[in-house]
Amino acid sequence: MIISLAKQNIGVKSEIKSIASSALTNKLVELGFLVGKSVEVVFTAPFGDPIAVELNGSVLSLRLEEAETIRVESSISL
Amino acid sequence: MKIALFGNPNTGKSSVFNLLTGLRQHIGNFAGITVEKKSGNLQIEDKQHELIDFPGVYSIYPRSKDEEVVYKVVSNSSHIDFPDLALIVVDASNLERNLLLFSQIYDLKIPSIIVLNMWDLAQKRGIKIDIEKLQNYFPGVLIVATNARVGFGKSRLIEAIQNHNLTSSTGAVIENFQLSELENKKGQEQETQIRYQFLKNVVEQVEQVEKSKTDTSSRKIDKILIHPVFGYLIFIGILFVIFQFIFSFASIPMDFIDLQTSNFADFIATNLPRGLLNDLLCQGIIPGIGGIIIFIPQIALLFFFISILEESGYLSRVVFIMDKIMRPFGLNGKSVVPLISSVACAIPGVMATRTISDWKERLITILVAPLMSCSARIPVYTLLIGLVIPKQMFLGIFNLQGIVLFGLYFLGVISALLIAIILKLLIKNREKGFLLLELPSYKMPRWSNVGINVLEKVKIFVVDAGKIILSISIILWALATFGPSGKMDGAEKFTKANSGFEKLSSKEQNQAIASARLESSYIGIFGKAIEPAIRPLGYDWKIGISLITSFAAREVFVGSLATIYAIQDDGGKNVRLIERLKNEKNAKQEPVFTLASGVSLMIFYVFAMQCMATLAVVKRETNSWKWPLIQVGFMGFMAYFGALLAFNILS
Repeated sequence: MIISLAKQNIGVKSEIKSIASSALTNKLVELGFLVGKSVEVVFTAPFGDPIAVELNGSVLSLRLEEAETIRVESSISL
Repeated sequence: MKIALFGNPNTGKSSVFNLLTGLRQHIGNFAGITVEKKSGNLQIEDKQHELIDFPGVYSIYPRSKDEEVVYKVVSNSSHIDFPDLALIVVDASNLERNLLLFSQIYDLKIPSIIVLNMWDLAQKRGIKIDIEKLQNYFPGVLIVATNARVGFGKSRLIEAIQNHNLTSSTGAVIENFQLSELENKKGQEQETQIRYQFLKNVVEQVEQVEKSKTDTSSRKIDKILIHPVFGYLIFIGILFVIFQFIFSFASIPMDFIDLQTSNFADFIATNLPRGLLNDLLCQGIIPGIGGIIIFIPQIALLFFFISILEESGYLSRVVFIMDKIMRPFGLNGKSVVPLISSVACAIPGVMATRTISDWKERLITILVAPLMSCSARIPVYTLLIGLVIPKQMFLGIFNLQGIVLFGLYFLGVISALLIAIILKLLIKNREKGFLLLELPSYKMPRWSNVGINVLEKVKIFVVDAGKIILSISIILWALATFGPSGKMDGAEKFTKANSGFEKLSSKEQNQAIASARLESSYIGIFGKAIEPAIRPLGYDWKIGISLITSFAAREVFVGSLATIYAIQDDGGKNVRLIERLKNEKNAKQEPVFTLASGVSLMIFYVFAMQCMATLAVVKRETNSWKWPLIQVGFMGFMAYFGALLAFNILS
């Protein structure tokens, strides 16, 4: 099931499926948010926003509205 | 030659810079743009090189004002700061993302060296990089592995700089590369995609990851520091410690500086021939300089702590947990540090807003920062509280004077937030705000980086604020020393002729003369001229004079009152001044300093924009006089009507 990264649960690895076009798209891509990459929400700030995700071994923070533009699919856990 | 230092944020770029230049650093501005330019000298054998530290960026396409300078310099080969050689600092544990910036600079045909930094950390995490293979992908580029935090790799890096043939590479990621226009986001995105396709392949070939890349120890620390309860408690605790240092312990060196300056002024006054030059030195220049250096302990301490928090990686967590709270106010998680800094001094606070990428959030932060009560207001607050607030307990346990002081700070914070909400509604948004931020691994701070950072901040304050505080001090001195012809001498003669003058000691005689001369000087005339405007607030012309002199720095208020009332300085305790002010009567024989007028003055000082140095910095940071003037306007409005309200309610 493809959902937005903003709705993904903490600790679930998922794969980036698409990034909606916005003024920020290039900035997200520059940071390494690329289709096919694995991403995991590692923790959220106390009020649930912003969220911190692990990508390529580094932790990046995103506001929910920014995470909203990234669509992901949970990787099947074995 | 000119050597540029580029790199992503959090790659240890400043460690590399400090490693190569040590203390031979200076700060200026990039030509034509008001972005701070940090450069340093690098001497290799008999050759001098200029090393320029550019802001940390993920790409040459900027996302904030601060980052634009990279694009502007590398896109224009005739730019004065266009480099002969580029050092690109790369975090070895995140090769792919870090190589993006490098590949852009590489394609612009700038001769380059890759500095593979944080080599140890990458190895600890089980990441192996085949440098030789990496080199093969980018012919003409030299690669040096370093661990700049501990000085590892310095000599090899210097060797690489020496040995670079400085010719541009024949290879390219994108052949015949042309930079996209700044506005062409689509083109930039396509370019980034192409680069990553190439780099993905490169990294697959040169990098081996043994275990998971996850930094587990940082994750454990984050469990506590990001915690919904402990996270905020720890942050509040850290703030408490910082403020304890700034407000209590900093007073020791500050008192010392205060004493030394007044001793020095006395020494000059008695040892140089009397005259105008003597007066200019002792009453204008020396106190002016003293008024600048007195803030150094607080500013140095504040930035000592902020640098430690920044170096350790904690500061980005503060941004992370505060972002949601700050957003309803039109602010950003990154506004927290500038606002906290403003409690020491608004000047470094305003400068610290540069990291906020969104223009609107940055502007609002700049506009409200001076509402945070800065340390120059403390002497004014303490004098007025000592004067009109009784020393008694409230509800049996709270010290009433302490509560009032806390209330003034609280008023500053609350009004800053309320004004931010109003500004959020008024200022048009150009672009949507965002918070794309890296939360780096926790590290032990490097003391040399902390020290250099503190030194740099103090230097900026002394130079930027200093020249304005000093020139205003001199202007105010001139206005207080000169008056319409004959008037001041007349006032002096009149005082001397006064019955009882003979009975005074020579010190008291001098004070009486100084007071009389000040009253008939230009500044005294100004003070009297504005009296009708400030009478509704409960002030007389003597307070008016002190309000005007506060434009040099707010704390001058206290010294001016002391001069007007001909009170000798008793080393900052102001016991005699408070006694004298308590007995001050107006024409109707009513006391001037009542609870109503005292509180009215305190409120005035919470709100009024009386610091020319801050205004100049705001002008520089916003690039126009529009915003500082708006700031003077709304803060002046709040000060006047706030004070008016307080006076009328209480009297």
